[in-house]
Amino acid sequence: MMAPLYEFGRFGDSASLVVAVLLGIAFGWFLEQGGMGNARKLSGQFYFTDLSVLKLMFSAIVTAMLGLFWLSWAGLLDLSRVYVPETFIAPQIVGGLVFGAGFATGGLCPGTSCVAAATGRKDGLALIVGMLAGVFVFGEAFPAIGHFADSTARGAWTLPQAFGLSYGTVVGGVVAVALGAFAGAEWLERRAERPARPMKVVA
Amino acid sequence: MSDVATTAAGQALGTAASSRADAATTTRIRVRRETAPYASPYLAGVGIGVVLLLAFVLMGRGLGASGAFSSVVAAAVNTAAPSHAAGNVFYTRYLSDGAANPLRDWLVLEIIGVVIGGLASAVLAGRMRWTTERGAGITDRRRLANAFVGGTAMGVGAKLARGCTSGLGLTGGATLSVGSWLFVIAAFVGAYAAAPLLRRAWR
Repeated sequence: MMAPLYEFGRFGDSASLVVAVLLGIAFGWFLEQGGMGNARKLSGQFYFTDLSVLKLMFSAIVTAMLGLFWLSWAGLLDLSRVYVPETFIAPQIVGGLVFGAGFATGGLCPGTSCVAAATGRKDGLALIVGMLAGVFVFGEAFPAIGHFADSTARGAWTLPQAFGLSYGTVVGGVVAVALGAFAGAEWLERRAERPARPMKVVA
Repeated sequence: MSDVATTAAGQALGTAASSRADAATTTRIRVRRETAPYASPYLAGVGIGVVLLLAFVLMGRGLGASGAFSSVVAAAVNTAAPSHAAGNVFYTRYLSDGAANPLRDWLVLEIIGVVIGGLASAVLAGRMRWTTERGAGITDRRRLANAFVGGTAMGVGAKLARGCTSGLGLTGGATLSVGSWLFVIAAFVGAYAAAPLLRRAWR
């Protein structure tokens, strides 16, 4: 049996919507378990006191990336049928900067705001309303900024293609970067926990 | 040894029971909130990675969040002003082939799942709170305003970039999309640039 199952017609549209709800439930469950429904915990990322966001995101990326790599290597999954988010260089850099500033201000991201709101956090609800307003503002501005938003399109462009390296090499590289990031995150958290050293007075 | 453990457990149960009896006092609630333990971010991250891999294997697509917000906004605009929505490419992209109800969208159902999963996890862990998560330096109203403003910026940023921390960060990260990695790097740059201005909001 070849994956992706939906792509090879193993189940239809109605079943795919049930799959959406089930995967969403599991996604929301793990986000809440990891503390991602709490803006106070999440915002620790931006002050180097709690780097759970980085650890959780990198762990998830590495897990799914290795799974895809091995399944395709074993001939169980056709990678060409897996959706790769398309690249639009300039709007993604500018959009990322704006998004990041909003992330630090709001303390939650779009997905985690849903978990925050579901668990009774009023700030999560306020952030959802803000997101809807932001999407509406963007929609209304689209006739004016759509040209920029659709610029520098590169299609389904991947890191192995960009660097001219093999898939396996890039996968190994991402694992190495993740392990380095984990070590750095643990070091930063230990440093944040340590009480401030009394300042030495130099005569 | 086991006697000691049993006694300690009994005392702990007794304490829990008595704290439940007068749980109305705010101090007790605050203590319980502070001590509710979250799972390791590495474990939660691996869990999300497995969910993401399942999405690839079953559907050939990854997880997302901001796309659901777009479908909701596009549907709302289409209901309020159909001809206005029809004349704007941004909305028509989410309204797709006319016959399809944007609220029967895969991502919208996935996000409904996220709400259910987050809620279930918080209920079982005793982490449900009707509260506003904020630092001690600001009022609830200020925090809600920050969440709204942050959400608006993220709405604009995510639409410009065609995704957020879920659809680009996790899905694009695992599929090694160049634009996704550019977005994540830009988002962290934007967040760390804005964070020093907001330190008071989280202290």
